[in-house]
Amino acid sequence: MANTNQLKQPNGNADHNAAPAQNSFGKPNIEHTNPLAKTLLEKLDYDQLTNCMRCGFCLPACPTFKETGMEPASPRGRIAMMKAAVDGLMVPDQQFQDQMNLCLGCRACEPACPADVKYGQLIEQTKEAIEEHAQHSLPIKLIRKTVFKSLFPKRSNLKLLGKSLALYQRSGIQALARKTGAIKIVPKHLQELEGVLPSASSKGVVERLGTFVPAQGEAIAKVAMFRGCIMDVMFADTNVNTVDLLSAAGFDVYIPEAQVCCGALHAHSGEMEQARELAAVNIDVFKALDVDYIVSNAGGCGALLVEYDHLMHKDPRYAEDASWFAERVIDISSLLVQKGRELRFIHDTGAEPASKVTYQDSCHLRNVMKGASAPRILMKQVEGAHYIEMKESDRCCGSAGIYNVVQPKMADSILEHKMEHADATSASYMLTSNPGCLMQMKLGIDKYQPSQPMKAMHIVDFLHERMVLSKSK
Amino acid sequence: MLNERMIKQLKSIVGDQYFRVDQEALIAHSYDGTPMLQALPDGVIYPETTEQVSEIMVIASQHSVPIVTRGSGSNLCGGTTPLSGGIVMVMHRMNAVLEVDMENLTATVQPGVITGQFIAHVEELGLFYPPDPSSMKISTIGGNIAECSGGLRGLKYGTTKDYVLGLTAVLPSGAVIRTGGKLTKDVAGYDLTKLLVGSEGTLAVITEAILKLVPKPKTKKTMIAMYKDIYGAARTVSDIIKAQIIPATLEILDNATIQVVDDFAKIGLPRDMEAILIIEQDGEPEVVERDIASIYEICKQQQANSIELAQTPEEAEKLLTARRSAFTALARLRPTTILEDATVPRSKIADMILKTNAIAKKYNVNIATFGHAGDGNLHPTATTDARDHEEVHRVEEAFAEIFEAAIDLGGTITGEHGVGVVKAPYLEWKVGEAGIEVMKGIKAAFDPQNILNPNKIFAKQGKKRVVIQHG
Repeated sequence: MANTNQLKQPNGNADHNAAPAQNSFGKPNIEHTNPLAKTLLEKLDYDQLTNCMRCGFCLPACPTFKETGMEPASPRGRIAMMKAAVDGLMVPDQQFQDQMNLCLGCRACEPACPADVKYGQLIEQTKEAIEEHAQHSLPIKLIRKTVFKSLFPKRSNLKLLGKSLALYQRSGIQALARKTGAIKIVPKHLQELEGVLPSASSKGVVERLGTFVPAQGEAIAKVAMFRGCIMDVMFADTNVNTVDLLSAAGFDVYIPEAQVCCGALHAHSGEMEQARELAAVNIDVFKALDVDYIVSNAGGCGALLVEYDHLMHKDPRYAEDASWFAERVIDISSLLVQKGRELRFIHDTGAEPASKVTYQDSCHLRNVMKGASAPRILMKQVEGAHYIEMKESDRCCGSAGIYNVVQPKMADSILEHKMEHADATSASYMLTSNPGCLMQMKLGIDKYQPSQPMKAMHIVDFLHERMVLSKSK
Repeated sequence: MLNERMIKQLKSIVGDQYFRVDQEALIAHSYDGTPMLQALPDGVIYPETTEQVSEIMVIASQHSVPIVTRGSGSNLCGGTTPLSGGIVMVMHRMNAVLEVDMENLTATVQPGVITGQFIAHVEELGLFYPPDPSSMKISTIGGNIAECSGGLRGLKYGTTKDYVLGLTAVLPSGAVIRTGGKLTKDVAGYDLTKLLVGSEGTLAVITEAILKLVPKPKTKKTMIAMYKDIYGAARTVSDIIKAQIIPATLEILDNATIQVVDDFAKIGLPRDMEAILIIEQDGEPEVVERDIASIYEICKQQQANSIELAQTPEEAEKLLTARRSAFTALARLRPTTILEDATVPRSKIADMILKTNAIAKKYNVNIATFGHAGDGNLHPTATTDARDHEEVHRVEEAFAEIFEAAIDLGGTITGEHGVGVVKAPYLEWKVGEAGIEVMKGIKAAFDPQNILNPNKIFAKQGKKRVVIQHG
């Protein structure tokens, strides 16, 4: 077993470098024959790859490492593979791509990293490269095209979807599909998801409230609401409640009608160009309003919005405005806590002891928007409710955008562990700050049946229902 | 490359999914926490029992294939990088705490148990396992034993070697040995337990350990003393020891380290100070009160600009957690951080810091210093860029001189990270030619075929010691 495998000489001589010849401090100077390797070399930020010094502090934060116990399924392992592919030490084969796709993108590794490695950017660049060379089957191609190019970017189509879904749910077709077993033609994990879909609506927040709702009392600041696309079709009530809370806390609320999808689902699926096109529209629309804050009530959207500056930094037309935009993005809970007039919330349980309330972090709200404390502060303010911290509440629930649809096995394994911790809190309410997490929690409750009744809600809806209007200071 | 027959044999021992030769597995086990080292293994195996380890060793001996054992791969001396190829044996699946014996105050554990989780587990039972390497959130007990890890509590409580009472270990032949036991006294023959602790995976594969536990200290107090003059901080350390106070923790951080640690942890460390000391004392309440008061006075005498007591246990924990991030946080300055652990008698801490700074200046390299000042174990850390070969060369020369300086002060080239491959060329400086020969003899007695973590500890060629005129 002589040193045939040795990529590097042990210490004692100066030749320490495993990587091939390099352009001074830049990327390796290497002609890849593999097309994906070539694209990875082009897209990946080589400095970020080098910044990972492999200390391993990210390992305990990573849900897929925790589930598998295998180094390749950890952030350190994935970064090592990205770098190996770029350095020509490994061919980015199907296994490489599968491992990258197994990453939830929860970014819990980022706050755990003392070296400040931007893992989120690296995995996005990798997925973008993979997507450029993807050989999708025809049906998948069609679905991707419909979803990414027609559905999310175009509001009219989304509304149509909302309408159809509402029709499906209310016309009795849903009941019929379930009763006859027709629903069983779709895979089991999709059936389960179908079971927890909220009542859709074709009427979004603008259709219900118009494009401006003034502050109650003197206005503290001028905010614009980012309504989201899933939020506005599936959780339009939550959007309406968000506006209500903001207005009650003293904000003038604008809801620009021309805003489009944030592009997060595109970015996480490697469709970066489309994400940038959508970002450009949003930046123009919100900049024109000259608001103090741009409020999101979905951690998944907010996390991309708050990184528009990074997304657009190479675009000279948008770089500056994108920074303006990113600086103003804030989650509803953080804005209420940091700037809003204090609201009073009462949970009336009659003579019963206080209801227990627990919370599942939205990974992107916590790890990217750094907004983990505000929701907890608000929940603790609710009179008559008792906040209980769930074990590993900061760990991804497995929803992760469309992860639970494309990686059902890992998502379910994560969800099962999550629901064990949820059950241990014996809470009556499971609150979240993101639609994907909310549906995943509903699914978890449905599937794993906690030992006492538990209701999953968006924190905005929970607070709105308990808001005491008259006495707000 | 491994031959088909061997692959088949190994798969039949652990099952198909736990012996891997695919590209992904090889890349993900080609490194550890040591900068600028990478080498592909030929396979990766995840055993579940001592019996499996024994069967694997029999096969590896038959085929003369190297075995490199590892836990979480946080090693800092290249000890778990498979530089000679062979098979990386990951101990993660053997991660059970088999027993906590409340009558003998011992715990029996498998090697893959995560140190931090183990510490939390025994603390819930009112007991205490002191060795706390900064990587304890990910490091394994097995890895700690193999490297004889230290940590922040070394000066008062000692290091891993002081807490290992007995071991089950598999020799390269496949034979299983059991050393020591739940015993405080045991002089039956050579102390193989102590010999295996710190043997860096070169003598046997540790598959079970009996650990000594102590009662959990009743209370602890944590303080931070800030200095405009780093030598004032260093002198404080010597003065505390001279006053015959042994704190549980006595850490030093210089300005560069303070800045990056606070960038990461955001706990409001004083960025304008040249150095801070983090001091913790634990034990009986009245003793802790008295010691902290005395330490406070010593800090004041050494011109500390400000001294603060942590107000809550959470605040204290945040401070220590921040300190544990120092090594990685320094990578915020430059992509490559080369950290060493030269150690001197604790009275020589101020001299060592002076020397380190002079050497950094001489070679024009950036060296930040932090570490376990109280036990003389410093972590001078060079921040550089692996792609800058010329600078990396200067860093290496600077470190050679730092090792030299440490030895001149009566110290050693490594206090707690191990020799591995990085410090192998310097080992002879510390232990001498005869020392090396004895150690090689021990290695041959355990591992005549040289298949366990080969080419570690012993360099093919030692580094010639250049005698430097100090003066």
